[in-house]
Amino acid sequence: MKTLLDNNQLNITLQRLSHQLVENHLNFNNTAIIGIQPRGILLSDRIATLVKGITGRNDVEYGKVDITFYRDDVHQGGLHLPQDTVIDFSIEGKDVILIDDVLHTGRTIRSAMDALLDFGRPNRIELLVLIDRRFSRELPIQPDYVGRTIDTIITQKVKVNWIEQDGKDEVVLID
Amino acid sequence: MSLSVKHLLGIKELQPQDIELIFRTADTFKQVLQRQIKKVPALRDTTIANVFFENSTRTRISFELAQKRLSADTINFAASSSSVSKGETLIDTVNNILAMKVDMVVMRHSASGAPWFLANHIDASIINAGDGTNEHPTQALLDAFSIRERLGEVKGKRVAIIGDIMHSRVALSNIYCLNKLGAEVMVAGPPTLIPKHIQDLGVKVEYDVKKALEWADVANVLRIQLERQHKPLFSTLREYALYYGINKSMLDSLNKEMVIMHPGPINRGVEINSDVADSKQSIILDQVENGVAIRMAVIYLLSGKGEIVE
Repeated sequence: MKTLLDNNQLNITLQRLSHQLVENHLNFNNTAIIGIQPRGILLSDRIATLVKGITGRNDVEYGKVDITFYRDDVHQGGLHLPQDTVIDFSIEGKDVILIDDVLHTGRTIRSAMDALLDFGRPNRIELLVLIDRRFSRELPIQPDYVGRTIDTIITQKVKVNWIEQDGKDEVVLID
Repeated sequence: MSLSVKHLLGIKELQPQDIELIFRTADTFKQVLQRQIKKVPALRDTTIANVFFENSTRTRISFELAQKRLSADTINFAASSSSVSKGETLIDTVNNILAMKVDMVVMRHSASGAPWFLANHIDASIINAGDGTNEHPTQALLDAFSIRERLGEVKGKRVAIIGDIMHSRVALSNIYCLNKLGAEVMVAGPPTLIPKHIQDLGVKVEYDVKKALEWADVANVLRIQLERQHKPLFSTLREYALYYGINKSMLDSLNKEMVIMHPGPINRGVEINSDVADSKQSIILDQVENGVAIRMAVIYLLSGKGEIVE
């Protein structure tokens, strides 16, 4: 097991990503943040809090999307249990920032975009990920904001740990 | 974790954790049903046959809607307009449908036990949509789900099932389901409509409806099933309504909030009066709404192969 980002580095990266978002979306007037269930939520919770702090706005629109029913592998292998989808605002015409912790094959993002489109037609969807496992894509999907880009082989696993759930803020590579 | 069964034949065979899993999944489907686009693509590779050898409005529409909300392909089959009237057997009928590559069968049949018989002879998953006077599992699930929604939980609640217990598959499935979830169950009605030895299922028996209502948090009122009563079991519907029907003045005299349920179709003025069926205490239409979410959950969970991935 190798540490990719320790607690300190992770916090600096989160700060940078949040500032990049504010740089591009200024006061978030027409922008919503949406995290992907289940693990992307832990990242998007942090980013949403930081963005609210930087912009000084507590009403930045923030939702969660569950992709279970939009997966392309529903009947291959095991069945996935659904989590809550919470989008209690309209995404019609908005700029949506989709957030997940690790970008690997791109299939999760494809499902998330399909799920989002059932809630309306956003003006644009951007993608923010903490870790981009490049050269492992199975769909033509690229992130707009990246915490750290890494090269991995398929048998390796990237795990992002959060204090709230795992007792520690860090990103590790498991062989 | 996953469902412990391959078919949903009866509540009797389910584990309490199966029921919890179905409820948890139905919660998320209920969210889907409140969206503008009430449809998800989860089962676009699945074909389901609705095979109804007995009439049904609510259950058939509810199942069909649940399947469509999941993007499954459906075919409907009603015995009255089929080759069954030419003498085809149950297995032949279903095997012919399955030969057209159908993955799941939802079946209602007037013979108790028909889905179990079928499950021994075919590979596809079977959902029992009511068999004779035996079980109606999805109705019991949606009833318990509706109680959970209204009262927070089912455990420890007192539920009185009132009316034609003898001919009711809803009653039997409800008794199994509520017992597994830790509720207290009482059946009430005229002695001729309550089967002997029903106490052995772990329920209380009461012949005075008023006393049953005093005891209960929830009253699940059942329809008088005249079509299944081959000999007279009470003198007239008017007499039944007088002694066992539920009306507003009776409820008001109890001086407590209670939940009123009915699986439908209602015989207004017989087992339940309109002033009760349409009152605030009644969750009859919530039951119908929850029925779609519960059936989506059952279909989704049975469609999977293997374990559930957390």
